[in-house]
Amino acid sequence: MFEFGPNLSANYLQIASVIFFVIGFANLLLQPNLIKKIIGFNIMDSGTYLFLASMGYIKGRVAPIIVDGVQSTEAYINPIPSGLVLTGIVVSVSVTALMLSLTIRLYKRYHTLNLDEISTRLNREGL
Amino acid sequence: MNIICNFPAISIMLCLFAGIFSSGMKGKSARWLNTVLLIVVLVLNAVTTGYCAQNGSFVYVMGKFPAPWGNELRAGSLEGLMATFFCVIMILSLWGGVHKLFGEVDIEKHHLYYVLMGLLLSSLLALIYTNDLFTAYVFIEINTIAACGLIMIRQNGRTIEAAVRYMVMSLIGSAMVLFGICIVYDITGHLLMSNIKDRIAAMMVGGTYPVPLLIAIALLSVGLAIKSALFPFHAWLPDAYGYSTVSSAAVLSSLVSKGYIFLLIKIIYRVIGFDIFAYSEIIDVLFIFGLAGMIFGSVNAIRENDVRRMIAYSSVAQIGYIYMGIGMGTEFGMIAAIFHILTHAATKSLLFVSAMGLTDVSGEKRQFIYLTGAGYRYVVAGVAFAVGSLSMVGVPLFAGFISKLLFAEAAVSLPRKMLPVLIVLGISTILNAIYFMKTVIRIYTPYTGKEYPVKHFKDAKIYSIVLILFIIVNVLLGVYSDPVVELIRRGIEMFA
Repeated sequence: MFEFGPNLSANYLQIASVIFFVIGFANLLLQPNLIKKIIGFNIMDSGTYLFLASMGYIKGRVAPIIVDGVQSTEAYINPIPSGLVLTGIVVSVSVTALMLSLTIRLYKRYHTLNLDEISTRLNREGL
Repeated sequence: MNIICNFPAISIMLCLFAGIFSSGMKGKSARWLNTVLLIVVLVLNAVTTGYCAQNGSFVYVMGKFPAPWGNELRAGSLEGLMATFFCVIMILSLWGGVHKLFGEVDIEKHHLYYVLMGLLLSSLLALIYTNDLFTAYVFIEINTIAACGLIMIRQNGRTIEAAVRYMVMSLIGSAMVLFGICIVYDITGHLLMSNIKDRIAAMMVGGTYPVPLLIAIALLSVGLAIKSALFPFHAWLPDAYGYSTVSSAAVLSSLVSKGYIFLLIKIIYRVIGFDIFAYSEIIDVLFIFGLAGMIFGSVNAIRENDVRRMIAYSSVAQIGYIYMGIGMGTEFGMIAAIFHILTHAATKSLLFVSAMGLTDVSGEKRQFIYLTGAGYRYVVAGVAFAVGSLSMVGVPLFAGFISKLLFAEAAVSLPRKMLPVLIVLGISTILNAIYFMKTVIRIYTPYTGKEYPVKHFKDAKIYSIVLILFIIVNVLLGVYSDPVVELIRRGIEMFA
């Protein structure tokens, strides 16, 4: 039925990616520091990309670029997960840039990176 | 292939290009470009809806790669209806808040506002029409970025902080969606919705991968629920809706969150399969959180002392209604949920825009104490706010009544979920009545004291016309609901 030991050792990349995802998730949600939040977001997305890339990789095969005239599909991996990872990286880079620009604006206004402190000051001082 | 089949793709492209062209224009010309664009897109989508209602749904292949490889759009009468309706609400919200934009946003940044609006509309249309899961993810992110821009274009500390909080929750949501899509891709090997559905049906027969499928369903539903502010994940919502400029608040509350909910409905029907979703445990989770949101959103709204934030908290309750409808697990529940998407989109934008008129004649103050008698000082805004409130409470003649009726009708046929739905529907209606009627009574209480400015119809013609159009949309949805419900039913049939 369900065997944990062999499954765990065979799927170590997926396990690592889920651990990354959870670490990043917790940081993004719980860290009050904005820069640490952004780092957490990047760890979380990297975990997702590692998951996608590792599921698309088959041991012993190479990227589908034809060298030495080998045309058998058995020699290559599926390129779509790698393409999806690239798209995802582009998205996460742009989101990171947006978050950093928001952080700069908040820092210029309040001279702190602590989101909780900014919130308390906003509640005290109004706009 | 009929020329009409190109219309969904054309409308998405037009919105993208309008966004690009707006960036090089002055604010005023960008506004007119956007208005013309919205009207054109509205007409295109209305024609698509009519075509689909007669001839059934169609699939549009992007780039001539056939089914398992290429990228596809799919249009049916439900998608067309949603797209058309979103365009209507967007035009009205844009013009309703246009004079407020001059006070709150730097004049040289106005064209950027229309860039964001164009991008937002294109991503919404793509979310509605897409037949490909990964395209959906990409446009979810574009939607998030555009929405964040709409919040923070009014530059003060509050909006930037609200934008950061919005981004944090949205990023968590979209990462969960992405993880869900990865799992679905890994167990099925497809990204196109129809292919995935075939594979999942085969997998259910064969009994393979039950646990990954359940986790994928959970991640997709919870991710989209976070992004559309279902109850426990709504912490970002009051600030984002309460302090951004009024058009943004109207568009965010009535369109952005609805785009994600519609994507979830589309995933339920076209990716997972409605029966498989209805048998999974996730549906009960959505149901329970929907019920909780209906109560707690209203309780928070009652405790709020700021009219904009009160309307924002009321959104939490209304999103709860929609998820309750999805969580019922029957076709009737889904029809009620989709009708409530329309109702809430029409009503909430009306409330935001009219509340702005009321605060304008109360010295820009948003606390209730200052709003006393505002309904007499600005008659159109007062009437519009009263109409919106009555519709949200569920008084006959307005749209809100029909959706509550549909929810109750859908609940009666369910043995297990009937009692909770009816009880919570009753409690929530009473709570809605408490805070909306409190506000309506407040604005119609005669006020003697410090003189505030009085505004008439001719002082802000466009604003008044927009409010009247909003009222007409609400009453039309309430009175002529049968054809809309029929269109939704046909659209859901086309999904299968």
